Amino acid sequence: MPTTEEIPMASPIGRDTPRIDGPLKVSGTAHYASDFHFPGLLYAVPVEATIANGRIRQLDTTAAEKMPGVRAILHRANIGKIFRSSLGEGMEGICIERRPPLVDDVIRYYGQYVALAVADTFEAAKAAADAVRVTYDKNKPNVESQLKADDDPPVVATTYGTEKRLQSERGDAEAAFASAPVKLDQTYATPSETHNPIELQGTTAMWDGAKLTIYEESQAIFNMRSVLAQMFGLPQENVRVITKFVGSGFGSKLWPWTHCPLAAAAARKLGKPVKLVLSRKMMFQSVGHRAHTQQRVRLGATPEGKLVSLQQDYAYERSMLDDYHENCGEATSFQYSVPNLRVHFGRAKRNIGSPSDMRGPGAVPGLYATESAMNELADQLKIDPVQLRVLNEPKIDEGLKIPFSSRHYLECLQVGAEKFGWSQRNPEVGSMKRDGLTLGWGMAGAAWVAARFAAAANVELRDDGTARVACGTQDIGTGTYTILAQLTADKTGVPVDKVEVVLGDTSLPEGPVSGGSMATGSVVPAVFDAADNAAKSLMTLATTTAGSPFEKNEPDDLAFESGRVFVKANGPAGGIPFADILRRANVRFVTGSGESKATFEKKKPKFSTHSFGCHFVEVTWQPEIARLRVNRVVTVIDAGRIINPLAGRNQIEGAVVMGIGMALLEHTTYDPQNGAPINSNLADYIVAVNADAPSIDVHFLGYPDKVINPVGARGIGEIGLAGVAAAITAATYHATGVRVRALPIKIEDLLTSSILA
Amino acid sequence: MKTFELSRADDPGQAIAAGAKATTAQQGAEIRFIAGGTNLVDFMKLNVETPQTLVDITHLPFDKIEALPDGGLSIGAVVRNSDLAYHPVVRKNYAVLSEALLSGASVQLRNMATTAGNLLQRTRCMYFRDTAMPCNKRQPGSGCAAITGINRGLAILGTSEHCIASNPSDMNVAMAALEATIHIRGTKGERSMPIADFHLLPGSTPERETVLEPGDLITHVTLPPPAPGSRSLYLKLRDRTSFEFALASAAVVVTVAGGKITRARVALGGVGTKPWRSPEAEAELTGQSATPAVFQKAAAAALRDAKPQSQNGFKVELAKRCLAHALKLVTQTA
Repeated sequence: MPTTEEIPMASPIGRDTPRIDGPLKVSGTAHYASDFHFPGLLYAVPVEATIANGRIRQLDTTAAEKMPGVRAILHRANIGKIFRSSLGEGMEGICIERRPPLVDDVIRYYGQYVALAVADTFEAAKAAADAVRVTYDKNKPNVESQLKADDDPPVVATTYGTEKRLQSERGDAEAAFASAPVKLDQTYATPSETHNPIELQGTTAMWDGAKLTIYEESQAIFNMRSVLAQMFGLPQENVRVITKFVGSGFGSKLWPWTHCPLAAAAARKLGKPVKLVLSRKMMFQSVGHRAHTQQRVRLGATPEGKLVSLQQDYAYERSMLDDYHENCGEATSFQYSVPNLRVHFGRAKRNIGSPSDMRGPGAVPGLYATESAMNELADQLKIDPVQLRVLNEPKIDEGLKIPFSSRHYLECLQVGAEKFGWSQRNPEVGSMKRDGLTLGWGMAGAAWVAARFAAAANVELRDDGTARVACGTQDIGTGTYTILAQLTADKTGVPVDKVEVVLGDTSLPEGPVSGGSMATGSVVPAVFDAADNAAKSLMTLATTTAGSPFEKNEPDDLAFESGRVFVKANGPAGGIPFADILRRANVRFVTGSGESKATFEKKKPKFSTHSFGCHFVEVTWQPEIARLRVNRVVTVIDAGRIINPLAGRNQIEGAVVMGIGMALLEHTTYDPQNGAPINSNLADYIVAVNADAPSIDVHFLGYPDKVINPVGARGIGEIGLAGVAAAITAATYHATGVRVRALPIKIEDLLTSSILA
Repeated sequence: MKTFELSRADDPGQAIAAGAKATTAQQGAEIRFIAGGTNLVDFMKLNVETPQTLVDITHLPFDKIEALPDGGLSIGAVVRNSDLAYHPVVRKNYAVLSEALLSGASVQLRNMATTAGNLLQRTRCMYFRDTAMPCNKRQPGSGCAAITGINRGLAILGTSEHCIASNPSDMNVAMAALEATIHIRGTKGERSMPIADFHLLPGSTPERETVLEPGDLITHVTLPPPAPGSRSLYLKLRDRTSFEFALASAAVVVTVAGGKITRARVALGGVGTKPWRSPEAEAELTGQSATPAVFQKAAAAALRDAKPQSQNGFKVELAKRCLAHALKLVTQTA
């Protein structure tokens, strides 16, 4: 069990802490990006291409321009210069769709913006956008769902840098597979999925001379600043990005999309603030989605179940111009012990908006395939799927040949099996019944990378006994505000509810991206460092203030604990509250800055840093009406120390429900003739609703990972989704005898089940 | 959305006179009545419907649910779906209607949606909703993108080469099984008809969905008295547990006496271009014992004329299972 020696019992770290921003949100007083209003604000609505492949022949804006309240119809000829951005150092200059909007007349995906209507009201702008007449030279779009890899070189450029298509290799996987006594060779497919956060994306842009301010629901405000500075040819300090609250992102809001420079260009052109909020339909077209993948997995094993070969060959869709890499091999090289391994990928260009990061990018579809293959191998070998994983537990990360910082996967499996009652499982398909329903039990493992991005923070201790912590990261609905309050409270002794947390503004110290499940882990050392430095300032003040009880001491004689300053030699009993020192000195606050370096993508890491977990799933099957429902899930997560278990469980529960959507419901469908994502609304794109949410039992192991940060906290935003779909497809097979290898599982798949009531 | 005028009708005559000025009461009507607006306003936002005038009929005296002297029920045109679903007489005598209403949409939508509005609910076909796509229902003669495109959710019964759009309403299916009568007041006075005659098959004019003419105002719906000893039930199958249109649904009203089915009324949802009453299934059931074999025969009869498209062939089997299971449930607890 977790050790607690370094975190005192009174610490808020590790305690269930209700979100400090909860009251603002439930009372409607939290200002999301599109809630801000400014004098003279204009509204912009993009005109969307209604073809997916071709060229604009004519753009007729005459009627639209004459409509009441219309300020301008902007298009290629009049919008003004927008530069292309390029990848910078660290987390800068990241942008998936690099083509500046409206830069040419070529249409490469349905919904690509071709013009922008700007008017005094949203209604007038929408009417004007609808009135723009566009004619096209139309070609048949390529939205073919069968993925055959294009002819790419062995090393390809991607959004984040170059990648070798032969991603990982050890031993001779081909030969070992050929001679393996037991073989499995299957192809798994995952569909295009759309993020669908409830808060729509949008930008409000305004200029003050050569300075640009952007209100946007960004998961990465500093990257957005760097991209916009490039696109408008500005020094970075001339761009300010503000993101106070985000109504979820799931990755769709990580990097800037084309609506953002469009709004900024319109504001520049018209000399007024401009607000542009996307429609739900646009959210399916032009702000990314999870790439459709096809993954061939070949496993070779001994009759006892020891893996001798693992091959994963995957292909994914990408847009015509962009290089987003869906890294399905993310977890393959380290999750299991296998001497011979080969991971290779290919890409297929399609007339679609670019895919992008979606919660657990790469690893989530990748683990669906590899964990499904493990489950099928277990069935083939007649070995319990938990036992098969135990048999293949690695001692080190065999891909990188370095030890894991903290891996407790076997304990996850053991705890999960116990809590679920796995030992009661009868492996025979369709054999388990309850209340007239057929039960299916399945399980799968999970992994997700853990690391730190660079982070800086500032902590103030104030004369009224409160504290302020500021960091230019953002809270995307996951509880970052609360985490920063807890960390600051832990270090300063100021109660959580007396800590003011300021986030989401590039005028603050540069904080991490809210992505990769790394925001929390990244801010820990920066906030601790800032709090320590604030304490140093306080001790200097305490020893230099006339009349201070510590006037005769040196700063080094003093200590600061639980909100009190005291002489080390005398112990805490003789100390006084820090606010007393500040008031005596007539100082409003002392301040400290802190920072920490990135560990993400470090060149020569000493440890392999990942989180692990597993899911045990029960489905119910009612063959009379072909109804399959997820009834019960037990999830065990090994993600280091959990700073706020209340919000942490919430994260994992949400991820499990999203996994039900992935396994059973979600699928962005492209119209074969027009190339449109045709189910581009929340009635036709089916996500799980409350009634689909099963009983979910979340358990955290809680072992601190001190390689990551002093608290030992890794991230939990994505790990909860990894593996869920594989566990559900395994449970579905167990209940119905139907093996589905192309998600989502549909009623039509299950109608072939021969398991009767 | 195009700019429109909103007027309020204070009496039925005013509404009828206003509506009569339109050239059609079907797709593309220049003047439309509005009550809950849960369907029409969506289509106006999408420019699928672009009326110049909306006539608010929520103030007309059609908001009552009243018992009829013959033991039947009269339901006003602007009665909200929630009020209808939870009405004690509906729950007691017409369970199938209550269940159908509560299986549809969400609480918020049901609180707004009305009886007449639900009768006129438009299809959920994705191509009908997108003005950039061909659609014979929206734009006659432009073609049907669904037949060659994404048609998993669309109809397998009553289709034509011009249109395969399914009628999405749950309420209509229950009303069909209950043999509801639709009451209309128009420029030529009042008329009424069985619900079976109210909706039209698409044929070569999919833009015409009902018999309504300009100025026609649905005033109320009447239900016959419940058949003595009958039981009724609505079963809806879909991908997720709630808030989704039916892939297949069944409304059944069955009387069992002396071990035999003496009377059966069957309608299917999610599979037809209109609420799909099945006299074929009813004939297979009447006079037979309530056994699985009989239910399956009835289900097979109901789907005999199904014409599946590229993606919705599964609906044939699903609808059969849905109907057979609904019949099993409605007869087993008697």
